[in-house]
Amino acid sequence: MARITAGVGSSHVPLLGVAVDQGKDRDDYFSPIFAGYDWTREWEKEQKPDVIVLVYNDHASYFDMNIVPTFAIGCAERFGICDEGWGPRPVPDVEGHPDLAWHIAQSLILDDFDMTIVNKLDVDHGLTVPLSMMFDKPAKWPVKVIPLAVNVVTYPVPSGNRCWLLGEAIKKAVESFPEDLNVQIWGTGGMSHQLQGKRAGLLNREWDNKFLDMLESDSDEARFIPHIEYLRETGSEGIEMVMWLIMRGALGKKVKTLHRHYHIPCSNTAIGHIVLTPDT
Amino acid sequence: MADNPAHSIHDYLAEFDDIPGTRVYTAARARKGYWINQFAMSMMKPENRARFKQDERAYLDEWDISEEGKQALLRRDYNALLDLGGNIYFLSKLFSADGIPFAEACSTMTDQTWPEYRQMMLDGGRSPVGLRSIKGGY
Repeated sequence: MARITAGVGSSHVPLLGVAVDQGKDRDDYFSPIFAGYDWTREWEKEQKPDVIVLVYNDHASYFDMNIVPTFAIGCAERFGICDEGWGPRPVPDVEGHPDLAWHIAQSLILDDFDMTIVNKLDVDHGLTVPLSMMFDKPAKWPVKVIPLAVNVVTYPVPSGNRCWLLGEAIKKAVESFPEDLNVQIWGTGGMSHQLQGKRAGLLNREWDNKFLDMLESDSDEARFIPHIEYLRETGSEGIEMVMWLIMRGALGKKVKTLHRHYHIPCSNTAIGHIVLTPDT
Repeated sequence: MADNPAHSIHDYLAEFDDIPGTRVYTAARARKGYWINQFAMSMMKPENRARFKQDERAYLDEWDISEEGKQALLRRDYNALLDLGGNIYFLSKLFSADGIPFAEACSTMTDQTWPEYRQMMLDGGRSPVGLRSIKGGY
């Protein structure tokens, strides 16, 4: 039986990808950020997950305004890398797991989640930056990936509660897959940041850490945070944190924290990172 | 709150206008800015970037964008583009094509210069205090 063994939360700031690609990740600016991922890189080498369900958002890279799926699942054998305006990142293509992806898609639809199934998909920094943070610069990614893209750009985006429930349904779907697979779920994006208007540059260390505390606890209060609170407290792009709730919802009521890291700033953004395991 | 059936879509959307210096990318903005955003997406292809750089005005004239929108694009006036329904993730393709870092482009929408903005970020970013609500002033 497949099982979800861990959940990882991580920011996915594009500049982190640039730092890795250009070998700047240990300079004075980036070193405090990447040092907070050293623990996780070693841990991932021990864990050797077979598949990551990687929850991310496409930043108007593959999906434009013609199609705006709320929840889309990538079921392809392989995913290419988007050119986001300066050429594609020099990272390996991402290998999918179509058997598990289709299984999850079917299970979710039967559980009342009307998924968009995507059989051709190029992935942007939202997906590749977390892979770089956790696996550095391998010739080939050491894991298969099921991209799960969430619309957090065009409003209304899904509620925190809906995201949490989706996480619960993903857990159920994974656990009903007959093959013995070690599956992790990653929730990416955030934490506080605003990339537009006069309020650009807003960061909120206190709120972000309160959010991380909520994820660690066995309370589910985070799922009921309304959109307006993310917008007011964490900036217009802080709403990406609803994607961490999909990860958290997939881990069950109680979790153990293995690792936690927070750093300000990276470009316009507060960096957050957490590693949780189900505590049964 | 979207989760609460007692709140209507109208209340949900109205709250967005109460955040200082912020345009939430609602359906209304998405409709208004459709062609500006689709133009910006075209900057993801190297051949389009090359044609745009050669003659920006001629390239823009191929798109169903208002004169006001075209002028804002030529000026790289990102606040004006947000008002016209542009979204920052779409517009980022334009400033990426210009070779401008994301944070520098963000700084152009604020009251700060790029060096001031960069220093503010290094010092911990912009505090949300007083910038959460126009009506509430908190």
